[in-house]
Amino acid sequence: MAELKLMKGNEAFAEAAIRAGADGYFGYPITPQSEVIEYLMAEQPENRTGMVVVQAESEVAAINMVYGGAGCGKKVLTSSSSPGISLKLEGISYLAGAELPAVILNVVRGGPGLGTIQPSQADYNQAVKGGGHGDYQLYVLAPASVQEMADFVGDAFDIAFKYRAPVLILSDGLIGQMMEKVYLKDQVPRWTDEQIHEMHSDWATYGRKDGRERNIITSLDLKSEKMEERVHRLQAKYKRMEEEDLRFEEIQTEDADYIIVAYGSSARIAQKTVELARAKGHKVGILRPITLFPFPKKRLMEMTKQVKGILSVELNMGQMVDDVRLAVEHKIPVEHFGRTGGIIHTPEEILEALEAKIIKG
Amino acid sequence: MAKIRGAIVVDTEKCKGCEVCIPACPTDVIGMSKEVNGKGYHFAYMENPEACTGCSNCAIVCPDGVISVFRVKLDN
Amino acid sequence: MDIKDIIKPENQVYKKTKLMTDNELSYCPGCGHGTTHRLMMEVVEEMGIADKTIGVAPVGCSVLAYDFMNVDMQQAAHGRAPALATAMNRLMPDKYVFTYQGDGDLAAIGTAETIHACNRGENIVIVFINNGIYGMTGGQMAPTTLPGMRSSTSPYGREISTMGSPIKMTELISNLPGVYSVSRHAVHSPKYVRKTKKAIRKAFEDTRLKKGLCFIEVVSNCNSGWKMTPRDSNVWLEENMLPFYELGDIKVEGKLIQK
Repeated sequence: MAELKLMKGNEAFAEAAIRAGADGYFGYPITPQSEVIEYLMAEQPENRTGMVVVQAESEVAAINMVYGGAGCGKKVLTSSSSPGISLKLEGISYLAGAELPAVILNVVRGGPGLGTIQPSQADYNQAVKGGGHGDYQLYVLAPASVQEMADFVGDAFDIAFKYRAPVLILSDGLIGQMMEKVYLKDQVPRWTDEQIHEMHSDWATYGRKDGRERNIITSLDLKSEKMEERVHRLQAKYKRMEEEDLRFEEIQTEDADYIIVAYGSSARIAQKTVELARAKGHKVGILRPITLFPFPKKRLMEMTKQVKGILSVELNMGQMVDDVRLAVEHKIPVEHFGRTGGIIHTPEEILEALEAKIIKG
Repeated sequence: MAKIRGAIVVDTEKCKGCEVCIPACPTDVIGMSKEVNGKGYHFAYMENPEACTGCSNCAIVCPDGVISVFRVKLDN
Repeated sequence: MDIKDIIKPENQVYKKTKLMTDNELSYCPGCGHGTTHRLMMEVVEEMGIADKTIGVAPVGCSVLAYDFMNVDMQQAAHGRAPALATAMNRLMPDKYVFTYQGDGDLAAIGTAETIHACNRGENIVIVFINNGIYGMTGGQMAPTTLPGMRSSTSPYGREISTMGSPIKMTELISNLPGVYSVSRHAVHSPKYVRKTKKAIRKAFEDTRLKKGLCFIEVVSNCNSGWKMTPRDSNVWLEENMLPFYELGDIKVEGKLIQK
């Protein structure tokens, strides 16, 4: 029986992590997501489930703690915001290369640089196009509600261990800070040592139990042939993610002439835009990617048969819009609208842009 | 008094000819071969085998662990 | 007596531990890495803890330590090994966890991770190989390079006014309450090798006391980086490195040794 609470996005994430059977959280304070570690420290999950919570000396240290824990077959996670995620990118690349399951939350704030503490969505490229070095891809989930902040933790761990890959939850300062009703799932027990040995004895480094061959966690392949093999192995995972774990939502698209593509906060705000637009007689719908990678490319291409134009709405200067354009192969017009630097666009502003750039354009 | 006789066996293909074993030996047993191994290194060998007491100094200082040591107590 | 009478299995008193793999070491001839790896694996074998030990390899020449040490190992980003080890220690407190790091890894890029793992008193062993130079990348200056010592980035000798003095990381972290034991050793001659092995054994055993981090520095040669033969490099080490990086116990059972 799920528990109903009124919670802040960041806190719901933290509580959900405990309930998802996480073994460890390693993090560092940064606005607007410090509530995650504060909530965990106050909750003392060590007493509830044995989950370990460590405040690391930096985001760099935290992501490397995640790497160490993930390599042992443990469910571990970290959280940060934009500048802190930049610090983690080396570690994220290593997680991807070493094929480690882990969950990373980015509560995006305005940037670049130290930026602002207000919400933004300007880390799309960082999350989806790499950010860290090398041929890798993150599975990216974009919550648009406090409920999804909670639900996505368990989902993220499932994906991470299904593929042995790091998963990024790309939230933003609005979702992280707002309070909404949330149904919290029942406690999933943490894996026992025996369960970990059974499930992960072929790769995890928990000690050469029963004299098995040693396991090595590494992303190094000095022989290029081996490195190419490794990269192909990673790519095969990403292809499978696209085939099996794509998620998106459609709102009022059945009869739509125009659609807004938006995720996270922008998708929530755009729902009001749809209301306003339809009141004016425009048939507008929303395609909300829930996973940013995999991206709903096929669905977007299908929609070019029905829809006359797309407005990509994102709290930045235009990042996801490129992926929308690629998906529709220029069959229909695609434009971007977004406020940035921590300013949040209003439903009316979005409607104005839709009318100016797409409907009348 | 019992005499101790020792002997070492060097994995000549793995020896890298670093010679760190030579000063380690208290009785000057070890020399470097005139021949080279498959990698082109001169390898360590017992040049003065009678002097070996099997003390293992050479083996414990060898960076590549290529030396095995044998020791026998002789009663005279 | 004939040599072949001596060389019989019943007479064997020393052979390389099974916990070193059969892979040929990628290290240069004469390098202290090989010796130190072997001592650590001998200790793990003698303590019977191969099934409970996890090591963290650095970036540097010993990035490939996992090819040679036959225990579960993780390869860490440069300098980050103590962070990986921290998580292992917290998540699996009954396991033996060690990091194996060079001078760039531990005292340059990893300074924060080193200090904070020491400060938190993680129940791990840190083995710090100090050869005063960056071997893997071709012989550049390290934080522990001696004043006046030449390297590829200090071709006229380390100049303190622009490059700073060498850092004695070992003394620095020994002041932290979270550190239980600190000692400095060498492996270039048998008498030092025996002491180093004892220290490694004690460090592994002491992590069970859960009284804090056990730190061992091994001052080693780098004949390639120093551009000498292995034997000459060990002489140079005795004459130059050891007077500066003094061997011996620095902290025992949580107490600094007064000198």
